[in-house]
Amino acid sequence: MIRIFKPTIFVLCLIPFIIIAYQILFNQLGAEPVKQVTHHTGEWTLRFILLSLAMTPLKNITKILAWIKYRRMLGLFAFFYGTLHLLTYIGFDYQFNFDPIIDDVLNKKFIFIGFAAWLLMLPLAITSNQKMVLILKQNWKKIHRLSYLIGIFAVLHFIWLSKTIFFEPLIYLIILITLLTLRLDFIKFIFKKKSVT
Amino acid sequence: MKLNKFKSSEITPENFYINRRKFLKKMGIVTGTAFASQNIITSALSYTPETERKITPYKFATTYNNYYEFGTSKSDPHKNSKDFITKPWDIKIDGEVENEITLSVEEIKNTIPSEERIYRFRCVEGWSMVVPWLGFPLNKLLNKVKPTSKAKFVKFTSLYDPDQMKGQRFPVLNWPYKEGLRIDEAMHPLTIMVTGLYGKELPNQNGAPLRLIVPWKYGFKSAKAIVNIKFVEKMPVSSWMNASPNEYGFYSNVNPNVSHPRWSQATERVIGENIYSPRIKTVMFNGYGDEVAGLYDGMDLRKNF
Repeated sequence: MIRIFKPTIFVLCLIPFIIIAYQILFNQLGAEPVKQVTHHTGEWTLRFILLSLAMTPLKNITKILAWIKYRRMLGLFAFFYGTLHLLTYIGFDYQFNFDPIIDDVLNKKFIFIGFAAWLLMLPLAITSNQKMVLILKQNWKKIHRLSYLIGIFAVLHFIWLSKTIFFEPLIYLIILITLLTLRLDFIKFIFKKKSVT
Repeated sequence: MKLNKFKSSEITPENFYINRRKFLKKMGIVTGTAFASQNIITSALSYTPETERKITPYKFATTYNNYYEFGTSKSDPHKNSKDFITKPWDIKIDGEVENEITLSVEEIKNTIPSEERIYRFRCVEGWSMVVPWLGFPLNKLLNKVKPTSKAKFVKFTSLYDPDQMKGQRFPVLNWPYKEGLRIDEAMHPLTIMVTGLYGKELPNQNGAPLRLIVPWKYGFKSAKAIVNIKFVEKMPVSSWMNASPNEYGFYSNVNPNVSHPRWSQATERVIGENIYSPRIKTVMFNGYGDEVAGLYDGMDLRKNF
């Protein structure tokens, strides 16, 4: 099963990239192309962060171990889209003009926290392979708990950039809170209890 | 004010917009029925015309709009305003005036001729367009009433109709949309009431039947679908000031030196450009400083943002 599922999901995860690449190449980006690319890559980063955070709770609830097999891939796609998002901002939006970028990172809280979220993804991406799991042992788990913080930062990034209270960032916030709550010990306990009876 | 610094033919035209003057004259014949009620002055322009920047393609000016009454996404207003009813439409001018009046849009269009104004339009979000509006100076409308000595500000109220404007079913802003200007700003010859764009009748998504345009201020100051103009003594609280007072001030003049708390206002993206085009520098008062800077002499624009 895994052998068929994994490549399929890999290709599915690439679809947002294929869409935006097509739109860039064929000039289908509309009135504000840079914003379109920024939003598209940003939204997919957030979605993949939440998807990767959903795997462990899904495993606990469904008692199916296979969910965990996709966690790394989804996390790496989050990093992939997050990096595209950052490069869009630096390259397309500011044309590698670093003065206003540094100014933004230091002075604008939504950009600061977005950048921080990307920085936190770096060690996770670097230590994502099996070798690192073996080398780091118990520490690997600790390092990868950063993913909760990344989730919080990413949602805050979205909330803070919105002009007024919109539904979309709130939906992501609700999903994030749900996913993090499901990891709390007493909630896990409830699910375990249920499965016993 | 500078008069006729450049001929309008010197302005970079855009596709179908090749010869504005001819086009407008043709309009009178070609779409005579649709536009019969609106007389358009096609002679002298009474403001500094746009000479540096290209006119935004019609497609973008009419499909990329911030108009939360019809939804918060830029494409929503175009999609959701198709059946919006703008006839009949009355505008009441009241408050601190000796003679409050109610006028129909038809009456207004018949008695005050529209002229073309090509203005830069800078959104507080950091993007901009150049739009050929059709309209008339607001002062021509305001002069129909006599303000009392108490009147200091003008408050604009847009339509409240959640049946037609489905965005108003959600408390995104405190509906109806409210905006305000100081009387001298409202009377300034650059401040116009808009009846059309690109030689056509004003589309619903752009604020039909009658909207304000204050070209040296961020776009949200230019209220759409106006039903009431009230002369008031105290500075009105606009819907955006109410939503976020530290981000949106009463004046909201385009100012590259005063950044929004969450993003810089030093540069802007030009709508309709491709992905490889750089941002352009934002100009003080959106480039209308010669005409309007005097209104703010001695004022701290950082404080009065």
